[in-house]
Amino acid sequence: MARTLTINGTAHAVDLPDNVPLLWVLRDALHLTGTKYGCGVAACGACTVHIDGEAVRSCQVALGDVWGAVTTIEGIGTPDAVAVVQQAWIDHQVAQCGYCQSGQIMQAAALLAQNVAPTDDDIDEAMNGNLCRCGTYPRIRAAIHDAAKKLQEA
Amino acid sequence: MSRIGKIARRTFLFGAIAVTGGAAFGYYKMVETPPNPLLPDTGAALNAYVIIDTSGITIVAPRAEMGQGVQTTLAALVAEELDVTLDQITVIHGPPAKAYFNQALLGNAIPVIEYQRKPWVHDAAEFVGNAAKFLNLQVTGGSTSTRDAYVKMREAGAQARQMLIEAAAKRLNVAANSLRTEAGTVIAADGTTIPYTDLATDAAALPARNVTLRDRSDWKILGTSQPRTDMVAKSTGTATYGVDVRLPDMRFATVKMNPKRSGMRGFDASEALLMEGVEKIIDLGDGVAVVATNTWLAMQAADAITFDWEDATYPADTEAQFAIIEQAFNGEPNSTARDEGDVESVPAAITAEYRVPFLAHATMEPMTTTALFTGSALELWSPNQGPILVRDWCAKAVGLEPEQVTVHTTLMGGGFGRRGEYDFAVLAARVAREMPDTPVQVTWSREEDMRHDFYRPAAIARLSGTVQDGKAVMLSADVAAPSCSHQAMERWLGRSMGGPDTELVAGVYDQPYAIPNYRVRGYKADLDVPVGFWRSVGASYGGFFFDSFIDEMAHAAGRDPLEFRLDLITPEHAPSAKVLEAVRDMSNWNSPLPSGVGRGVAFSYSFGTPVAQVIEVRDTGRGIKIENVWIACDPGVALDPHNIRAQMMGGCIYGLSAAIHGEITHTDGEVDQFNFPDYDGLRMASCPKIEVNVLENALHISGVGEPGTPPAAPALANALFSLTKQRPRSLPLWRDYSFV
Ligand code: FES
Ligand code: FES
Repeated sequence: MARTLTINGTAHAVDLPDNVPLLWVLRDALHLTGTKYGCGVAACGACTVHIDGEAVRSCQVALGDVWGAVTTIEGIGTPDAVAVVQQAWIDHQVAQCGYCQSGQIMQAAALLAQNVAPTDDDIDEAMNGNLCRCGTYPRIRAAIHDAAKKLQEA
Repeated sequence: MSRIGKIARRTFLFGAIAVTGGAAFGYYKMVETPPNPLLPDTGAALNAYVIIDTSGITIVAPRAEMGQGVQTTLAALVAEELDVTLDQITVIHGPPAKAYFNQALLGNAIPVIEYQRKPWVHDAAEFVGNAAKFLNLQVTGGSTSTRDAYVKMREAGAQARQMLIEAAAKRLNVAANSLRTEAGTVIAADGTTIPYTDLATDAAALPARNVTLRDRSDWKILGTSQPRTDMVAKSTGTATYGVDVRLPDMRFATVKMNPKRSGMRGFDASEALLMEGVEKIIDLGDGVAVVATNTWLAMQAADAITFDWEDATYPADTEAQFAIIEQAFNGEPNSTARDEGDVESVPAAITAEYRVPFLAHATMEPMTTTALFTGSALELWSPNQGPILVRDWCAKAVGLEPEQVTVHTTLMGGGFGRRGEYDFAVLAARVAREMPDTPVQVTWSREEDMRHDFYRPAAIARLSGTVQDGKAVMLSADVAAPSCSHQAMERWLGRSMGGPDTELVAGVYDQPYAIPNYRVRGYKADLDVPVGFWRSVGASYGGFFFDSFIDEMAHAAGRDPLEFRLDLITPEHAPSAKVLEAVRDMSNWNSPLPSGVGRGVAFSYSFGTPVAQVIEVRDTGRGIKIENVWIACDPGVALDPHNIRAQMMGGCIYGLSAAIHGEITHTDGEVDQFNFPDYDGLRMASCPKIEVNVLENALHISGVGEPGTPPAAPALANALFSLTKQRPRSLPLWRDYSFV
């Protein structure tokens, strides 16, 4: 059955079985490849997107269960117009291989939307589900603090 | 060469860079320079690193970008001498070609302990390294990329600049020495400015000349931290990794191969065939591929297939495997890589046995390759560390000549040594052969990736030592492990390479310690569990064995562990002593320890770079927390300090993740670990604060991708000993300690 999803503000018709995870709808059907597959079992966070502003693991949300508007990494900013949190990532030169970073950024963006001045403990709690095999955590932490400051000034 | 030229041309077209009508500049200086892969047989200027056309400037950085920032640093080498800024250029991986052989990788193979190399030995190593071009070693590994490129790529930039100046001189009818260059333009005394892009075609017709490289004091780009050229793309989800390649009409596939790493007697795919989205099930002989309209549908169907696998050729469980490793000690040593004094003449006062498990690489991006087979050509989009290996082995697998194969090297979501293999590319090529003219992306599930790795070898070390008057006077170390070098060379070159493998004892035999009686023997275990190169290779366990035992000796001598090391290292290698002194000062080592806090130091010299780390752990009551890490390293020349610090942190975190969590075990011939819940790493909450200092006392430039890993496990183990008075002698540590 074809379904319509709202992704980054645009309606997309999707003709895939209802049990296909949102991750694979985005990547393989809609070619929105910024969202990444890392584990498929909610253990790495590489697939993190927002549904109605809430950070979710898109590998765990079946197409038939998508309950609201989806925002992916492509939807929060572009190379020519980066979001504040993305600019902080660039300023701190966070990425190494970069594969986990879409998920990290989406998780951080959701945290910052709820908490304008996260403490180190808040960051530990919010970000602990996002694995980075390259070990970029110290710079992710710095970038989140920095983005929080910039968002408050704005 | 025209066919290679064609391949190169298509490579660039894929990268949206048209070379037609552009020019590429030559790099000649080396005797018998391999042919430039960037142009067909036009006979005009040859060039391997710099392409300029009307649309812009492209630099070829022929080493795999796995996250180590190598593309930015290599491009900066060219840019510094060419007088362009990093935001003016496009950086690409380039095609597989002999011109990009890795001289430093093979140069490292000469059997002289590196820190002891005299200048002439260093030169000899460079010379031996030339053989890499005959062996087609265009490989990223061994922390050799910057070392290999340091002179080559600066000279390529300088030569291209010289040619552009001469072309401008001709056009303006002025003397070449009246011209200067800046930001991609040639500027005349009267202010006339000509962009490089206008001069490229003329310049390419000119001969290359010998050039003098700029003095370090004149560097504008090198030596200062640069924004990485891939950073914006990686922060916006727009970087194209292997799994992100999307081609018209492409199919998505996955594979299921024997988890016992052996053959297949049969399979039943009747259920899978009926599943939604499934287009084709391919019998690969030793496994099965499922081709579908969506990767997840392919993976679901693959899970529905039942298999009759052949048994493993190696002992089926971990205990039996370790028994084989242990047995190796009964045979003849494979090497005695160090033998100073006479260890037998000094009675051993302390002895210890250490053990480490097999480890997976667990790159964030699982193994993948996209392939298109047309019958007469094969095109591959592959995140790999060895494009010539990929080209040649894929050609062989589908019955084509290497010249009929095009390899596009994509960005990679981590490598850590795993992508120096080519198995994942060959599987994609074999799948593509079964569906001519249709591009197919083959992506492994995380489970397939974890269970079909070439693992860091498990290893056992037996050490004995004696201290006298507060100093080590004897250290004897025997290490037994399967040989990843022998296995990898057999896979890479198709023939076995016997002989001594010093990688078995890396991190143990090559340490800059003045111990009068110091012997290290390696024992090769006859065990064919698939093993391969894992970040820092032998030093990943050798560093743990050696430095932990040094710590034991320090405590036996009743000495401060850091001063004990310093006393032994100072007379042997001054730059190594300096990194120890640096972490002593950074960590405030001599300050009294608060209760509930442990502090450990470790030192390891690997890939030409000495690294010292101090780790502080605290007992929180709920478990042990790694609070702080201080790192000092010395890569000789710090080309990009920020990137070096990032590599040191990443290398340390990778080592700590393995030390605490990492272990691959076997039951019934199959790996017991499937996914990150069984094979975790450090995360935000468990990651310590890390401070890094980069020193520049060493004589030669050296790499930074791997040397941060070896000291991590022993620094943590030594800190745990300081806290608990229990000596960790086997990994992973979660078995004996609880962490938060
Ligand atoms: S892919 Fe969804 S959490 Fe790992
Ligand atoms: S940057 Fe490589 S996994 Fe996070």
